[in-house]
Amino acid sequence: MKKILTFTLPLLILSGCSSSSIWGWYVIDPRTNTGWINIKFLISGMGDTILISVIAATISIILGLLVAMPGLSNRWPIRMINRVYVEFVRSIPLLPMLFWVFYGLPIIFQSMGLNVPIDPFWGAIITLAISDSAFTAEIYRAGIQSIPKGQSEAAQTIGLTYSQSMRYVILPQAIRRILPPLANQFIYIVKMSAFASVIGMQELTRRANELVVTEYRPLEIYTLLILEYLVLVLIISAGVRWLERRMGADER
Amino acid sequence: MPETAIELVGVNKWYGTFHVLKDINLTVGTGQKVVICGPSGSGKSTVVRCINRLEEHQKGQILVDGVELTNDAASVNRIRSEVGMVFQQFNLFPHLTVLDNLTLGPIKARGMTKKEAEERARHYLERVHIPDQAEKRPGQLSGGQQQRVAIARSLCMEPKVLLFDEPTSALDPEMISEVLDVMVDLANEGMTMVVVTHEMGFARKVADNMIFMDAGEIVEHGPPEEFFGAPRSERCQKFLSQILQH
Repeated sequence: MKKILTFTLPLLILSGCSSSSIWGWYVIDPRTNTGWINIKFLISGMGDTILISVIAATISIILGLLVAMPGLSNRWPIRMINRVYVEFVRSIPLLPMLFWVFYGLPIIFQSMGLNVPIDPFWGAIITLAISDSAFTAEIYRAGIQSIPKGQSEAAQTIGLTYSQSMRYVILPQAIRRILPPLANQFIYIVKMSAFASVIGMQELTRRANELVVTEYRPLEIYTLLILEYLVLVLIISAGVRWLERRMGADER
Repeated sequence: MPETAIELVGVNKWYGTFHVLKDINLTVGTGQKVVICGPSGSGKSTVVRCINRLEEHQKGQILVDGVELTNDAASVNRIRSEVGMVFQQFNLFPHLTVLDNLTLGPIKARGMTKKEAEERARHYLERVHIPDQAEKRPGQLSGGQQQRVAIARSLCMEPKVLLFDEPTSALDPEMISEVLDVMVDLANEGMTMVVVTHEMGFARKVADNMIFMDAGEIVEHGPPEEFFGAPRSERCQKFLSQILQH
């Protein structure tokens, strides 16, 4: 890590210095002692950003499927459950929802006599998962509905129940179409996890904010912050492309 | 008259206000082969799809092997387990191998072991003349081969009745006969069959009863000699002259 930064950062520094003297890269120069400590401080938020995103995405993937299912029903009252959830949840901006979950929800729990403290970590996860689940639900629904009707009819005629036909026939085919948009959602979650900094979660953005306050170098620190997200997202993209190739390979 | 396998009594169906099936009465005896023909939109596919409840009828009775088809899930399942279906578009499962396509139903719906189901699957693949394609995926097979796999898939459930919904209409001409040959074999072995098709050569060869439908009604029916020799209704005469012209 130190090596990579030793090579790349000077390049940035040079490009910055060449145009003007507004850049002060010394603050995160890995060759100096303070610079290296600062970099380590900034990157120390990476673990929580990844953890929050992965847990929230996992919950959202399961919750989204549960929300999508009633949307596929023939009966409209059941379909309404899906519509109401999706329309309601996706209309709430993430930040107000985060405030509501972190500051509001504990009051509701208290009034019910429950002592459920919501720390920043779980507050962020709950908010991201619920907010995202409305979108994953729509992705599932679209993916499942894109499978020709003949597939479920054929499944019925060989005696499969609805859940068997979902499990063995429809979902395995739908997942290939669902995966790319689902990966998009994961990238979205990673980026939206930055909001967790507002309720005190010490993830990437919060670390950057903290350092800016002590070093007064917002330009350089936020530039590095953006690069941190860029690296994360590029890694996810590469992983998804690998997964898609692997799943696509055995389709035909 | 042999034992009754399927009986439709005054069956009516509407799509909204559109009357697709008008008072359909039809009896299929065990071992009989019924061929339904008619112009597109005449309701012939709908009749077949009602028999295994892929579509619901709104009035009248459908009995399969003496059991009436109602909304009751048990009756639907009971009837589906006795009625196989072959579709125009094959509807094989593209993500599974041919063998897995054939064993899915027996294993999951019938609770057979994998070994038993595979034995049965290979037996039926042999019967549709493609024993060596078991490990391939449907996408690697020709249309004719895919449709024969679809027939084998239905046979694996050992149904009492097989329904065919235009089984050769999506096939290239040179592949039609390989599918029809398999169907003739099945007919000769005594399978009860209801076939929607325009293949009149096949119909002459196997049909016990010909049915001509138009605008949701059974316009004409009878044994093939009569049906082809001296059609009574004008609509049926016109239809036959059109499809037999070539």
